[in-house]
Amino acid sequence: MTAIEYQEVCKRFDGNSAYSVDHVSAQIEQGEFITILGSSGCGKTTLLKMTNRLIDPTEGRIVLFGEDISTVDPVVVRRRMGYVIQQIGLLPHMTVEENISIIPKLMKQDKAKIRDRARDLLSMVELDPDTYGSRYPSELSGGQQQRVGLARALMPDPKIMLLDEPFGAIDAITRVNLQNELLRIHSQTKKTFLLVTHDINEAMKLGTRVMVMNGGRLLQFDTPKNIIRHPADPFVEALIQSVLEQREFWEGVEDD
Amino acid sequence: MLQDCVNYIQNNYSQIAVQILDHARISLLALLAASVIGIFFGYLASISGKGERWIMGVFQVLRVIPSLAILVLLIPVMGVGTKPAVTALTILAIPPVLMNTCVGFLEVPPFMVESGKGIGMTDRELLMHVRFPLALPMILSGIRSALVEVIASATLAAKIGAGGLGEIIFTGLGLNRADLLLIGGVLVGALSLLSLAVFDLIRRLLMPYRYRKKG
Amino acid sequence: MIEYLTKHPEKIITPFLEHIELTAVTLLISILIAGILTVLSVLIPRLGSILLALFSVIYSIPSLALFALLIPFTGLGKVSAVIVLCAYNQYLLLGNFLTGLSEVDPGVLEAAKGIGMSTMQELFLVQIPLAQKALFAGIRLAVVSTIGIGTIAAAINAGGLGTLLFDGLRTMNTVKILWGSLLSALLAVVCTACSFSQRSPQSSGEKTLRII
Repeated sequence: MTAIEYQEVCKRFDGNSAYSVDHVSAQIEQGEFITILGSSGCGKTTLLKMTNRLIDPTEGRIVLFGEDISTVDPVVVRRRMGYVIQQIGLLPHMTVEENISIIPKLMKQDKAKIRDRARDLLSMVELDPDTYGSRYPSELSGGQQQRVGLARALMPDPKIMLLDEPFGAIDAITRVNLQNELLRIHSQTKKTFLLVTHDINEAMKLGTRVMVMNGGRLLQFDTPKNIIRHPADPFVEALIQSVLEQREFWEGVEDD
Repeated sequence: MLQDCVNYIQNNYSQIAVQILDHARISLLALLAASVIGIFFGYLASISGKGERWIMGVFQVLRVIPSLAILVLLIPVMGVGTKPAVTALTILAIPPVLMNTCVGFLEVPPFMVESGKGIGMTDRELLMHVRFPLALPMILSGIRSALVEVIASATLAAKIGAGGLGEIIFTGLGLNRADLLLIGGVLVGALSLLSLAVFDLIRRLLMPYRYRKKG
Repeated sequence: MIEYLTKHPEKIITPFLEHIELTAVTLLISILIAGILTVLSVLIPRLGSILLALFSVIYSIPSLALFALLIPFTGLGKVSAVIVLCAYNQYLLLGNFLTGLSEVDPGVLEAAKGIGMSTMQELFLVQIPLAQKALFAGIRLAVVSTIGIGTIAAAINAGGLGTLLFDGLRTMNTVKILWGSLLSALLAVVCTACSFSQRSPQSSGEKTLRII
């Protein structure tokens, strides 16, 4: 089943003549792990934010499970999706458990159920609920905070997860761990993941398919293997080339 | 001199108690009024876009006007007594609350608002659960400066017939009596420091997360 | 009002000049003391935080109370007034001075150490020039505070614009009250405006709010 469909989506911000997102069309099936790759200013974050109506497109349509989202209340659209950002944005005055539970609590769901689910999710992101549930965000490391951010996004059991450079501010070793866990959570939950990154290694490692963007346009949308073997555009080719050069350096060191 | 102080207190303790209560009452009244007004309009200023600079400028000016001038200026308009005193104290206390509230709301990081929106909060929920709690530390520090200001100026309010501990000091000045000056000075100082201590305690209870160690 | 000024110019101009004098003397002394305390605080660890805690307690005591407490020892008049005003200013000045110095980019300080500066050279050649903004913000706060509390000093016979206010209050003379209020407010506003024009109000205003 098609989870997300972008139909000729464009975004032009006030006072700008150029498109930030330029006629992007793509279909994403349920259960895919899509990574959106591009350098800063390429429109990848704008595309992601249009998916949960943080930004509305200037032209074109976005359809989620057959429903045009411009006809749905933004708050409702957002509650159906998980959203994780680089700065995490945990509320400093709430404990970890309160942070995770905030939306269902605001929706007045059953308290015992909320609590059980919050504890399950903490376990899923490998944080012991008894140890960490009652802590404040300031008492956690950056990596732990982002695990909580992930649990908060998973709380309403959304079909779609949107992640905007979730590991951008996290050190290299922790980042690799978190990437592996994200893959595990993806295969456990079978949700549709959409992750924005400027790190080509991250994009290729995580994505079942990768969208490569530049200057607002979607240059190529394919599996990592196909992109590497058949780059569809000079920009994509240059991107692949930069990784290959790096690899030569590493291999050269190993050979010595 | 110490003996004089003890004698005075023994002979006048019920009057002193009334003065302490009066002082506390007019201060608290003014502080509450100023907090409500200051937070409300400070929030409005923060969402007013270009209006913010203008409003902040006006209150910056209001803030530097000497408190005695504001207190005394109201007399030709409102006469003497408790009412003009509380009004003047409220006017004095509004700028610090309002300005801190405005800055507090403006300083809420945009990404906090975005992440709140992203998980599906309505505008009202964003205000209640993200913007306001994050602005609260600044708001409270504004109320704290207002508290210092109000208790100090309430001492002067004795001069315009509002009662309070200032009466003891002004009487002491008029009669040139050191015992009255000492008693008044110590009581006013103690009241101010004590109310600050209580305020800090309340602040600690309101924001436990700011006082826990990183672990 | 104008009539009163033309009839009795000395009754308004004298307190006005007294007020400026009181403010100037107080500022001179308090900046000098704050400067010395700042240097000492840089040299002696923890002295800064101890002094600040002490001055913040003094700052929280209403001025009339402090005046009252001093009179039995230093008597009525200008001396008591200047002592109290200087004590208040220490909190504003030292607080802003120390915060300003501590907010200087640590990378720059390390570089200064790296090229072989002594603590004193680092303070005078690097920290103070870089912290200028905060230093002036502190001084501006002290000016406004001194002008304001200076009016109250009239209650202990230190002269100044407060005499107009207290006299006007006693005799219910609206003209005196208006002149006293107008001039003291004007003096404070003009002093702030002068110091604002040197820098962008946005950044210095922010600092102001944090310190008090």
